[in-house]
Amino acid sequence: MAEQSMTGGGSGAAGRVPTVVADRVDVVYRVNGTGAGRGSATAALNRILRGKKAERAAGVRTVHAVRSVSFTAYRGEAIGLIGTNGSGKSTLLKAVAGLLPVERGRICTDGQPSLLGVNAALMNDLTGERNVYLGGLAMGMSREEVRARYQDIVDFSGINEKGDFITLPMRTYSSGMAARLRFSIAAAKDHDVLMIDEALATGDRSFQKRSEARIRELRKSAGTVFLVSHNNKSIRDTCDRVLWLERGELRMDGPTTEVLKEYEAFTGGGRKAP
Amino acid sequence: MLDTPPPASASPGPDPTDPAALAARYGLTVSGARPSLPAYVRQLWARRHFVTAFATAKLTAQYSQAKLGQVWQVATPLLNAAVYYFVFGVLMGTSHGVPDYVPFLVTGVFVWTFTQSSIMAGTRAISGSLGLVRALHFPRAALPVSYALQQLQQLLFSMVALVVILLGFGVPVGPSWLLAVPALTLQFVFNAGVAMVVARIGAKTPDIAQLMPFVLRTWMYASGVMWSLDRVLGDHGDMPRVVLLALECNPAAVYIDLMRFALIDTFHGGQLPHHVWALAAGWALLAGVGGFIWFWQAEETYGRG
Repeated sequence: MAEQSMTGGGSGAAGRVPTVVADRVDVVYRVNGTGAGRGSATAALNRILRGKKAERAAGVRTVHAVRSVSFTAYRGEAIGLIGTNGSGKSTLLKAVAGLLPVERGRICTDGQPSLLGVNAALMNDLTGERNVYLGGLAMGMSREEVRARYQDIVDFSGINEKGDFITLPMRTYSSGMAARLRFSIAAAKDHDVLMIDEALATGDRSFQKRSEARIRELRKSAGTVFLVSHNNKSIRDTCDRVLWLERGELRMDGPTTEVLKEYEAFTGGGRKAP
Repeated sequence: MLDTPPPASASPGPDPTDPAALAARYGLTVSGARPSLPAYVRQLWARRHFVTAFATAKLTAQYSQAKLGQVWQVATPLLNAAVYYFVFGVLMGTSHGVPDYVPFLVTGVFVWTFTQSSIMAGTRAISGSLGLVRALHFPRAALPVSYALQQLQQLLFSMVALVVILLGFGVPVGPSWLLAVPALTLQFVFNAGVAMVVARIGAKTPDIAQLMPFVLRTWMYASGVMWSLDRVLGDHGDMPRVVLLALECNPAAVYIDLMRFALIDTFHGGQLPHHVWALAAGWALLAGVGGFIWFWQAEETYGRG
């Protein structure tokens, strides 16, 4: 228990249970079809026939997106991830969620982390109502549980505030509406680890308030929440700890106020904070 | 008071805590690791309501943009049968020699379409549902199985049309019609298995969706969907007996002929290969179990990239 006496700080430090342990994690992307001979059919065939040897010749480039990042997240924490565009925040979350393989190192988690992005709707050609049911069932809820929580999910998302939109296909939703419904579906279940990728930035102010409240609830029910955002205010409002990534490296890890102060100085005097 | 996290320095040297030991002490598991096969089966079983709900939702969404809506569920297979009847029955006159040619043809087309569309849907089962795969965690085998189930539901609509056609052409209802149930069950297991195989390939190499229609068309012509393999190939003296036997024992031909045997009174048991039920069950087991295990072996890679 050396590390817990070392942290010294908060109350109940001895009872802190880790939920995510990242141990010197590297993530590398491989991109096909760059460099010489790009896109031509012969180059593609050559790559297939000659296998790995031809990778470099055919212009497969590697992008080292996350470099040797280590951290331990504890139950009940809300952790913000900040960094300039392309610094590896979303990549790191995907790796923690188990959606991207790590090149080196290891990520251990308690239960199954759930990643919540904003760009993809669940099933575009199905109605919001169907998506609520399918999302709930896919997360492992029973039919009864989904039925019991259905109204809560719809009310929380606020989809029906401007009319009966929940019975329309999701492709007719605005991106903000789709993101809100997705967040509402995922937040309906208690996750061990919930990761949110800029979701709070898309909703309107009243939805942001509701989701901040929901995140606090989730933390009380002993989960860990990760939040990627470029909105320093929403980080400040919801997170008590911040990881700052820059060029794939963990530049700083500490209490929100300290890290944000440094980050704002780095990005130019807090112009990002509203 | 804020919890001050340990200063997680990137330098591994002086760190007194070993992350691996910490993870082990609290029973953390490696993220994105593949579950064991029994655990995977349990997870899939726990998601059975998702599988059925997904299939039904996809089926109803399919024609949601059409004005006639769900009428197309029955109209599409009927039109399909009409086209094949026009080409093979009227223009080419393949029918000579086959009694009850129209029921023979329509049964073949519907049963074949079930396998064909299950496989085509399987190629896109993962790559076409990336939004779902990347957002939520569930055993990915639920997707290809669900797509196969959607095609089964589609086939049940077609069967309504088929019964109308059969009765219209004066095929008598008999107790052998009950054999359609085990035949369809076995075919569904086979289709779901193949869908899982192509889903794994399609997740890594989406090109298979371009290639598959050609493979499937070749397979269709080799399976006696529009003609009786016995009569067309049996008449060729130069065709080796082994080739004919192989064609007759291929899974598509087996399931098609079983259905014809079940539904059409003039289609006799003598036209079936020997041990046909064992063949049907064998193909279903091979594809179902083999496809499932093969799909599971790449479980942790789906949705990445």
